[in-house]
Amino acid sequence: MSKDIRLLQGNESCSLGAIYAGCNFFGGYPITPSTEIAEEMALMLPREGGRFIQMEDEIAGIATVLGAAAAGAKAMTATSGPGFSLMMELLGYGCMAEIPCVIVNVQRGGPSTGLPTKGAQADVMQARWGTHGDHPTIALCPSSVEESFKLTVRAFNLAEKFRMPVILLLDEFIGHMREKMEIPGPGEMEIYNHPQPTCQPAAYLHYGDGSSVGGAYASLGSGYRFNITGLTHDQHGFPTGRADEIQWKMDRLRAKVEDHLAELIEVDQEFMDDAEIAVFSYGGAARTAQQAVREARAKGIKAGLVRPITLWPFPNQALAEVLRKVKTMIVAEISQGQLLGEVQRVNQFHTKVVPVQRYDGEMLTPTEVVNAIVEAAK
Amino acid sequence: MRMHPSYEMLRPGKKFPHVWCPGCGHGIVQGAIIRAVQKLGLPRDEMVMVSGIGCSSRMPVYVDFNSLHTAHGRAIAFATGVKLHNPKLHVIVITGDGDALAIGGNHFIHAARRNADLTVILMNNNIYGMTGGQYSPTTPIGKRASTAPYGTAERDFDPCALAQAAGAAFTARGVVYNAVELEKLIETALTRKGFSLVEAISPCPTLYGRLNKEGSAVKMLQWQKANTVNVKAAEKLPPDQLNGKIITGVFHDVETIPYTQIYNQIIQRAQASK
Repeated sequence: MSKDIRLLQGNESCSLGAIYAGCNFFGGYPITPSTEIAEEMALMLPREGGRFIQMEDEIAGIATVLGAAAAGAKAMTATSGPGFSLMMELLGYGCMAEIPCVIVNVQRGGPSTGLPTKGAQADVMQARWGTHGDHPTIALCPSSVEESFKLTVRAFNLAEKFRMPVILLLDEFIGHMREKMEIPGPGEMEIYNHPQPTCQPAAYLHYGDGSSVGGAYASLGSGYRFNITGLTHDQHGFPTGRADEIQWKMDRLRAKVEDHLAELIEVDQEFMDDAEIAVFSYGGAARTAQQAVREARAKGIKAGLVRPITLWPFPNQALAEVLRKVKTMIVAEISQGQLLGEVQRVNQFHTKVVPVQRYDGEMLTPTEVVNAIVEAAK
Repeated sequence: MRMHPSYEMLRPGKKFPHVWCPGCGHGIVQGAIIRAVQKLGLPRDEMVMVSGIGCSSRMPVYVDFNSLHTAHGRAIAFATGVKLHNPKLHVIVITGDGDALAIGGNHFIHAARRNADLTVILMNNNIYGMTGGQYSPTTPIGKRASTAPYGTAERDFDPCALAQAAGAAFTARGVVYNAVELEKLIETALTRKGFSLVEAISPCPTLYGRLNKEGSAVKMLQWQKANTVNVKAAEKLPPDQLNGKIITGVFHDVETIPYTQIYNQIIQRAQASK
């Protein structure tokens, strides 16, 4: 069979990745710069027997996604800053009720309406802490059109396995960038679908032990009648005010991510074997950082790139190992320092941490990052 | 010992006692829903009860259907997702006046506009009960609430007229005093395709009644009895005789093609052009 090679935007490859993963429901609301994802899904989903709905706002968009997912759909929504803000309450609902779904945030400049057509990377903390209360977060950040496809598939796999919303933290730069990519053939990438329960309905616990990660859980209308609520609940899914049950639920949510860090965290490293200066950068900015590191190497400077593919849970350990080794860590981002703060938190080694930031709606240039590397090498 | 006919449809044990105050009308609405479902013989594995937040929205926990207790105002949007993904399910939305018409007002009108195939039971007690008696979009102007200590300055919504104007297929109103009529209205709504609304007027003696000096739960029900006019009788009465009255019955009942059915046609069209 001939290879399926296409020239695609990051937003388009995200949609194709969703279909590849078996997504059969999209609910959302149009917002720049994410709209191509909705448009592609509106076109592709009905062909595959899936369903697309454009709702009256982003709150309703994520609500339909959660409703459909609770009824067994593999569901997704896509949005950007203002819409992501509106989705925050129900993102927490998804965490609490343990409903798998994928939320794509194609980051644009903020705050408020900000810069609808210009990229940014300033929703890092919102992705982690935007909804109220303690909760687990999984956020993946693609740095290329191909990775946008593959991480969308991974986001669905993780959502199904970990029973929670997974955030695909794109940015406008990758969302609207066009690159060549090869679409994986059927079966080339693993697709994880959660197992269905096989017990008698009377014995079924929707939040039973072992169902938290990789376990079986039922859908509404599957013959297992259970309750789902955003209230803190017991193993049946019924609201509780009992301290032991509340503690159990909160520990269960925390353990989802904290007990599976090795499985969840992916970090890409380039030229790091002998690097004395590292650049830490993700998403669109990491493409600039990659070019800058290559240019610095051409100048004979021992520079390397550390690129988180998983942003949440934060790659504390991988980053600490790099910080222990290098002389200087440059943090390159399209934000006033949301990534920088995390690097400083992890830095216990008196390693010099240097920010390189832009937040004027433009992409960092390789020269800006190269200059910082050259300065650090002096 | 004979069991109460509704008992088998409930979730005994940990889920009871329920949160509703003595004299609250919501239990009567719950009974009417259960009887309507039993009468129609709808299989409970195919019943999904979706609610938002508030006193009324606690109902799905008590009834042994598939149940989805969502966030404040969002029940209709969640329910739209459930129904669209699996059109075979019967989806009942349980909501209150604050939940459906204030925070959820946008979803309410748009679900009616797109004719989402849902049966919405709006339990209207004219007040926010769970948070302690604040005024809602159906608190009549001048009436007192904990956030309207001198009476509200706002006009109230007529949920049935609102839903009809937005495109609902079926709208009706009942009162808990007349549980038989209410049950019939719910039964009819459950058989209708498209967006159906039954507004159930349900007294809140604990908050609305106390703040507005309407007396005991019994007095509030007696007031309902004395002030309810059926829509057919109301048509023959001059408007001044209907001031302050609750008009009950079916207001709007048209045959429509529900959203999910139209979307199935879209799937066929998309697959034909593949």
